[in-house]
Amino acid sequence: MTNPNNISLNISHALEFIDGHALNIPTLKILSEQGDILDGATKSELDKETALKIYSTMRFIRLLDERMQAAQRQGRISFYMQCLGEEAAITASAAALKQDDMIMAQYREQAALHYRGFTLEQFMNQLFSNEKDLGKGRQMPVHYGSNELHYLTISSPLGTQIPQATGYAYGQKLKHIDKESGELNSEIDNVTICYFGEGAASEGDFHAGLNMAAVHKAPVIFFARNNGYAISTPADEQFKGDGIAARGVGYGIKTIRVDGADTLAVYEATKKAREIAVTTGEPVLIESIAYRLGAHSTSDDPSGYRTKDEEAEFKNNCPVARFKAWLLKQNWLDEKEDEAIKDKIREEILAALKVAEKVQKPALEELVSDVYDTPIPALQKQYEELKEHIKQYPDAYPITAGRIK
Amino acid sequence: MAKMNMLHAINSALDISMAEHPQACIFGEDVGYFGGVFRATSGLQEKYGKHRVFNTPLTEQGILGFANGLAAFGAPALAEIQFADYIFPAFDQIVNESAKFRYRSGNEFNVGNLTIRTPYGGGIAGGLYHSQSPEAYFAHTPGLKLVVPRNPYQAKGLLRACIKDDNPVIFFEPKRLYRASVGEVPEEDYTIEIGKAEVVKEGSDITLLAWGAQMEIIEQAAVKAEEAGISCEIIDLRSILPWDAETLIKSVTKTGRLVVSHEAPITNGFGAEIAATIQKECFLHLESPIERVCGLDTPYPLALEKEYVPDALKVFEAIKKSVEF
Repeated sequence: MTNPNNISLNISHALEFIDGHALNIPTLKILSEQGDILDGATKSELDKETALKIYSTMRFIRLLDERMQAAQRQGRISFYMQCLGEEAAITASAAALKQDDMIMAQYREQAALHYRGFTLEQFMNQLFSNEKDLGKGRQMPVHYGSNELHYLTISSPLGTQIPQATGYAYGQKLKHIDKESGELNSEIDNVTICYFGEGAASEGDFHAGLNMAAVHKAPVIFFARNNGYAISTPADEQFKGDGIAARGVGYGIKTIRVDGADTLAVYEATKKAREIAVTTGEPVLIESIAYRLGAHSTSDDPSGYRTKDEEAEFKNNCPVARFKAWLLKQNWLDEKEDEAIKDKIREEILAALKVAEKVQKPALEELVSDVYDTPIPALQKQYEELKEHIKQYPDAYPITAGRIK
Repeated sequence: MAKMNMLHAINSALDISMAEHPQACIFGEDVGYFGGVFRATSGLQEKYGKHRVFNTPLTEQGILGFANGLAAFGAPALAEIQFADYIFPAFDQIVNESAKFRYRSGNEFNVGNLTIRTPYGGGIAGGLYHSQSPEAYFAHTPGLKLVVPRNPYQAKGLLRACIKDDNPVIFFEPKRLYRASVGEVPEEDYTIEIGKAEVVKEGSDITLLAWGAQMEIIEQAAVKAEEAGISCEIIDLRSILPWDAETLIKSVTKTGRLVVSHEAPITNGFGAEIAATIQKECFLHLESPIERVCGLDTPYPLALEKEYVPDALKVFEAIKKSVEF
């Protein structure tokens, strides 16, 4: 007899409840804080070239974050978000993917975008919402996106990308459908990775997205960045039980928890997750345990909700320093050269900032383009009226008045 | 031409669309083997397989989140929300995501491949939660298109246009007419342009405007009015966003009078937008105030539905009031 409940019943005669923490999912850790491979850990397959690319991405993002955080304080941009403390989790996971795998991020994953090749100039153009911004100056700073780099444009509402990632990954899988039989070929060539914080995992979209991915077998890697805080709300006020990983298991999804400050652990886990997704066409969940060293955003002040001692403890467990220690021990990195490169990047960032700041804002027509594929009649009419108004009072609209066609 | 009811016409439009693109998918609650509660997707799973026509878990936000992702990938996403009353859990995915995908990304990404089908409106003794007409909520959102057919011919042609349109579209299906409305429908493919109203009947004394299931009501009212010697021009708006102000302005300029009727509550209903526009564009041609015959500002009732709905008698009274002003 088939079981319509879709579970295999394991009958018991003991009245026993299962504890919410019973899973006690282990955390994969490969690299010690001093940069040594831990006893019992399998040696990482990370090659020199990839390792150095990961490191240079982390180093670049740290310097960019530092400078742009300061630029926001100076009033030069309206907003900023750093990925301080989560560089390893984000960069190493992105490095374990193929360049044309889809990335659907939350907002703190600029390192993944840079790893893909988003240039310093492109970052600056978005941050200053100038006419060269791919997003045409419509969104707040850090809402990056690039079709060419397979990085979906960031959306402010939290967690909305989670069920979207399921749909996108389902499309990637459906590309391999056999037209005759309607059956799917066993192996596919691309996956989608979906990043979100532990706070976003409280949204309905998280549950909808995971459940649909599990039921419909979408090759998506859910990457939960459990960094301890959702703005000012600590994780213990966000969820109970055995973390986000337990929820993955609950939805019937293959799940792993990793030390998010351990570049090698994240890289190996994501590489394996990708292999599972492409060979089975099914979703995987990775919960990365890290610490958000910086503020949530420039509108946040963590001194109000966490202690200096706590921050200091995690500063000593810096993911970039840990990975650097390993690279030095491999003789893949030279300390002196590293310092010289940092100085060079700092100069480049400052120069790019000054250039982007002076590029003019998007033209008036970008106000009404892209709402639809072509502007609808009502909007065309509104645009014509607006143009006439600006022509009448050009001094009041200096950014666009002189450029109206 | 074949005789079809509205469900057959919708099924035919979906069938053509599924054959057209190898990655097009139909999904929603119970739409698989069962064919949906109203059977609009009957037979399509057998034809296109379980990977392309499938039941989803009961999560409207999940259906639309998934649909946005699939459409962003480039596959036609034909999502069904079982009743328009249950579209609200998906509101964020539609209003903040579908509608803004293209704009917020500078056209780096879009979900033009998305079509949302959902049965709306009363007349099936469905009470509060199976009778709503939520079009006005979505009509306030730039980036969406909203389309409502009035009969099987319109349903097939407009749905095909929605699916081919390069913007996210919500297609509201008048469920009262699913089986009640039968007519000649070509079996082959055709489209009806979105954004163009149709002058269903020409007249000289007054313009009557509605869409979807309410078209039948204003047509009945027009018969009564004609008996009383009033010549009515009847217009089907067909699409609410974008809406064809031009055709309506032309008509009201000629007749000097307008009655707008919709099932949704009157306050902030789409009739208000129409009345405001016509008041501005036709001010010197108007012979009387624009009348709106709509639902009351209450949830849609069960037992007293007949009293609640903007029926033909109420529309007829509004016509008389306008003509006698």
